[in-house]
Amino acid sequence: MIAAKLYLIQRISALLMAPLVIAHLVGIIMAVQGGLTAEEILGRTQGSLGWLCFYSAFVILVAVHGTIGLRSILIEWTPLANRIVDALAAGWLISALILGLRAVVAVTWS
Amino acid sequence: MMRPTRKHSGYWAFLAHRLSGLGLALFLPLHFLALGTAIQGAAKLNSFLEWTENPLAKFAEIILVILLSAHLTGGLRLLALEFLPWSERQKTWISIGAGISLAAGLAMLFNLI
Amino acid sequence: MKTLDVQVWRGDETGGFEKFEAPAQENQTVLDVVTWIQRNADPSLSYRFACRVGMCGSCAMTVNGRPRWTCRTHVSRVAKDGRLKIEPLLNLPVIKDLASDLKPFFDKWNAARGTFEAAIKREDPLVPISPDQPERAAANAAIECINCAVCYSACDMVGWKPSYLGPAALNRAWAAWNDVRNDNRLDVLKAVSDDAGCHNCHSHQSCSEHCPVGLNPTLSIAGLKRATSKALLKGNLK
Repeated sequence: MIAAKLYLIQRISALLMAPLVIAHLVGIIMAVQGGLTAEEILGRTQGSLGWLCFYSAFVILVAVHGTIGLRSILIEWTPLANRIVDALAAGWLISALILGLRAVVAVTWS
Repeated sequence: MMRPTRKHSGYWAFLAHRLSGLGLALFLPLHFLALGTAIQGAAKLNSFLEWTENPLAKFAEIILVILLSAHLTGGLRLLALEFLPWSERQKTWISIGAGISLAAGLAMLFNLI
Repeated sequence: MKTLDVQVWRGDETGGFEKFEAPAQENQTVLDVVTWIQRNADPSLSYRFACRVGMCGSCAMTVNGRPRWTCRTHVSRVAKDGRLKIEPLLNLPVIKDLASDLKPFFDKWNAARGTFEAAIKREDPLVPISPDQPERAAANAAIECINCAVCYSACDMVGWKPSYLGPAALNRAWAAWNDVRNDNRLDVLKAVSDDAGCHNCHSHQSCSEHCPVGLNPTLSIAGLKRATSKALLKGNLK
């Protein structure tokens, strides 16, 4: 049943992430006008509970979603054994979570 | 040579979705590392942002926006395909998704220059 | 006389192509050409066919790179400048020449649990099924399969993950799931939810593009994904 569960988690994370991605894309395209500065980014995010929640949720969802996707790619496009595939996917999950949450702290903590 | 069985829009849509997802997954740790430099203060993040002013980085940013919007529209298409009643307009949905991604890339291009 | 330049696969997986010249006719199918070669050029050529009218699903082969039912494929529609390249079906072991071994295909058909198990005995009254019941309509759209394995041969996922059940078996499972008289509907969902099951499908839709009888296995597989997801969320699948 693991295949069905991973599938469902993949789709639920996608559905939840879709509005976040739209907001992120609109944010990127608007923010790059006239160049980016650290003050501009941090002025928006630091000390903001809203952005802390937004980015934390985003990081957790993308970590889960990306892990399941990478696992499929490794199974279908590489000859690696299942054990190695799972280890690589888990490695990416942990790195994405640690680096992602660290970045969230970096831009929202003041 | 490409397998003839793959010469249809459904396969191209799959390939775009897979490659954009793979590209984003590889980029993401770097994105997080760059933003994480703010832990050491705004000056550190600024020195990174100054580096991104070079044309190659700007080009990469446009590509990344296209990858993200392509993966978004492709993903919404798949969710609709799997969870909504079947639409006979699969090719139309693929074209709309491709159009939106290219438009996002163009918007990024015009705002960057 | 106009001729066709035909390359035909000979031997097993380690074999190769052999060239034949066959007479070009205004109205002929790919199966006609293969039969002409077997009768007039090389009687040792092995291939499989039965009904010759698109009902039995025996004669599928790879023609110029695409899986096709050869008895209903006109040469004029597929031969570029009189050239034909005929191979056994892809994604299956080769027995000899143009005959693929369909055992894995039918084993998976069974593994997907697309069998009917009656919930009632013969003495019991019949269960009324209205033709416009949604389940009946969904099953109806999936039942005309002729087991030709064209979709299985066209499917990228079967090539990438050889244990994958594939479009035909899952399409059958979708019909079995929609048969409300079926006593093993939950078994169907369990069977299509394991590692080889419906969730491997990435909706390339090569199966639907190639199905000679116009079925849409991608739609059926999407239905199974919905049914299994619903059952998982309700706690019926563990």
